[in-house]
Amino acid sequence: MQERLISRAKELLADGTVSRVLGWKAGDLPYDPQPAYFEKEEDLREFVYDGFCGANLSKYMIAASRIEGRTLVFLKPCDTYSFVQLLKEHRIDRDKAYLIGVGCRGKLDIEKIKAQGIKGIVGIRGAEHGSESEDLTVATLYGEKTCRYTDCMLERCHVCKGKEHRIYDELIGESKETCDRGRFAEVAAIEAMQPEERFAFFQKELSKCIRCNACRNVCPACSCRTCVFDSTKFDSAQKANADPFEEKMFHIIRAFHVAGRCTDCGECSRVCSQGIPLHLFNRKFIKDINELYGEYQAGADLEEKGPLTSYTLEDAEPGIVAERG
Amino acid sequence: MYKIAKENLPALFRRIAAKNELYLPVRQNGQVNYAAWSEDAVPELDTLKTVKSPKDAFFPQSETLYTCEKDEKNLHIEPEELKQQEFVLFGVKACDLQGIHVLDQVFLADPADTFYAARREHGTIVALACHEPEETCFCSVFGIDCTDPKADVSAWLIDGILYWEAVTEKGEALTEAVRELLTEADGAEEKVEEEKNAVRRIVEKLPYSNLPLNGWNGDCLNERFRSRLWDELYQPCLACGTCTFVCPTCQCYDIKDYDTGHGVQRYRCWDSCMYSDFTMMAHGNNRTSQMQRFRQRFMHKLVYFPADHDGMYSCTGCGRCIERCPASLNIVKVIKAFQKEVDSHA
Amino acid sequence: MSIGAKEEFRPKIVAFCCNWCSYAGADLAGSSRLSYPADVKIIRVPCSCRVNPMFILRAFEKGADGVIICGCHPGDCHYTTGNYYARRRMTLLFSMLDFLGVESGRTRVEWVSAAEGVKFSATMEEFTEKIRSLGKNVRLEDLRCRND
Repeated sequence: MQERLISRAKELLADGTVSRVLGWKAGDLPYDPQPAYFEKEEDLREFVYDGFCGANLSKYMIAASRIEGRTLVFLKPCDTYSFVQLLKEHRIDRDKAYLIGVGCRGKLDIEKIKAQGIKGIVGIRGAEHGSESEDLTVATLYGEKTCRYTDCMLERCHVCKGKEHRIYDELIGESKETCDRGRFAEVAAIEAMQPEERFAFFQKELSKCIRCNACRNVCPACSCRTCVFDSTKFDSAQKANADPFEEKMFHIIRAFHVAGRCTDCGECSRVCSQGIPLHLFNRKFIKDINELYGEYQAGADLEEKGPLTSYTLEDAEPGIVAERG
Repeated sequence: MYKIAKENLPALFRRIAAKNELYLPVRQNGQVNYAAWSEDAVPELDTLKTVKSPKDAFFPQSETLYTCEKDEKNLHIEPEELKQQEFVLFGVKACDLQGIHVLDQVFLADPADTFYAARREHGTIVALACHEPEETCFCSVFGIDCTDPKADVSAWLIDGILYWEAVTEKGEALTEAVRELLTEADGAEEKVEEEKNAVRRIVEKLPYSNLPLNGWNGDCLNERFRSRLWDELYQPCLACGTCTFVCPTCQCYDIKDYDTGHGVQRYRCWDSCMYSDFTMMAHGNNRTSQMQRFRQRFMHKLVYFPADHDGMYSCTGCGRCIERCPASLNIVKVIKAFQKEVDSHA
Repeated sequence: MSIGAKEEFRPKIVAFCCNWCSYAGADLAGSSRLSYPADVKIIRVPCSCRVNPMFILRAFEKGADGVIICGCHPGDCHYTTGNYYARRRMTLLFSMLDFLGVESGRTRVEWVSAAEGVKFSATMEEFTEKIRSLGKNVRLEDLRCRND
């Protein structure tokens, strides 16, 4: 299966359709492929595509749009939402991209495997692209372990928006439905708590934040050239967790700045080294937008206006927040 | 050598905490990090690596240096008090211990950083040997023996029993303070030796244990600095600061003033060479691209630092950057890429 | 100033007022000899739409106990549509603050025209009373800014 991607990439490089390939390079460990550019056919020897290729490559296309020539990029269905959204915001150039939509059966989270007490991982079988195995066989320094594929998937895959690519030049491979949870269930559960409980919940989660800014930097919607938090005009630093207020401020504003544009790709939660469920902030905004201004999915198409760049005369008043209690 | 059963550790922690502050790996909302012990804290000694290293205990991520308060026409400057309370840092692994030695080179060198020095003076470290090293570990590359960490007290957790051996005077004093909870461990040396050998055999099998460091020293500065490899290596880097903030040796910091409305707090916080405002000065920034910032991180750890400190690398092989980088970049990939280039020319 | 047990709690309230309506409304309240609590500090903005969510969080950071945004009535915006955008933004922001457990009464949007001096005065009275009943803001403050 991976071979099909490689041979197609070779063809497109050879006939000059694209100047480079944005894909994945195998790491030393069985679960750490890294995003990489390939410019020559022979470089593609190191190309890999498997269950651990979970990162959203759409953000890299902002930089790729500024270099000479076309870039071939492999996108899974959810990445294409981000791609469409970035196109809509004129952050990437469609003519500079050749999109191959890759089928998806859910991507893996190494943290979920490790959380099952599996240590010293030296090999993983069942994560290969195209594999239909329901189990992962993990070879470790301390013996062989198995775990279910679905138990090791990223949070985003359990609430998948669908396996249809929103934009592509060609498609390779089949997808398998992975959605088995309500997308807004977590948010609704928190909404149902008392304010004191909600406050305590977020205080605890956010106190873990180390201000590494990974959630911001990985986010395809965060594409400002200079982030407001990097401004030297503030007396609070973008990197200091000097007071719990700083973390709240950062995460509220981070989510607010992408509200109405966030496709819910889940990268923020994936990269958080402290395991903070950052998607809750974004999903709360999405849930509110859906309830107050009508169903909206960022990145679903190129035409529809974003909910925060449009309005109706009959919109709810801000007082509705206090009223609904 | 003494011993204490694992189920009696809460009593040991309570005893230590009666007179000292006690910091140890604690599970909080799913993540294990060093935190202050309390009755309802959940200590996690079986976790190999905390997300953040324990460097916070000596070099906190944010700390106030002094406060200025305005009172009519007068200005009061109040320096922050130095650490005076004795504290115990429990469960430090060999790699993180080496991290503290690296920080010592920086902060205790003349002129010593008084905040850091005070914390070092009042801190007692209980090191814990590793039991199940993981695939991301490569401390042995830097000559660290994870089975035999030498701090104030060395400890081994084997089959539900914690073996305890005081190494320094501070360690003796701590041992004395908790002496009645410990029992003499006759013949434990043999057991500990057996454990050390077993773990060393695992270390030999780790995928990164044979990482070659040849060519990484002060002599290759120009050649490595100018290498074209960096242009390729940095590309997936997202410019977040995760690697630097989880690293046990990253020591760069920034100093800022915070306007409280009624005065100013001057504070220091960790900086990251990955950030666009790193070493920003009035004239601007002397590293203008992410490639330069990325290169700085690895050149500092593998070239500049050893050149200035008798060959001591400022990487300890803890492997946190391997586990945490959102783009799966890390120091091992950098070292290997250069090795590959050297081999191809040979 | 220290707040003793006997002293009444005096909240700090920040009011962002649109230059074209409520700021003039506050003026009218004054020239009509109508009073409103001195706890309210007004910041003039060119439009309610100018109020960045960060302004509101900064106000809380530096010790505000309540923040109110006053703009032109829907349909009356000096720039035609500014307040419609502000309405959506503030609704979402307030909802997020509520989600994080911050008391929902601490933030409010009110449409006050230049002719509504009475409404301005009454709104501020009422909002101040509300904040007084909620007490000091402790869930969204920066402890470094405390001054008591």
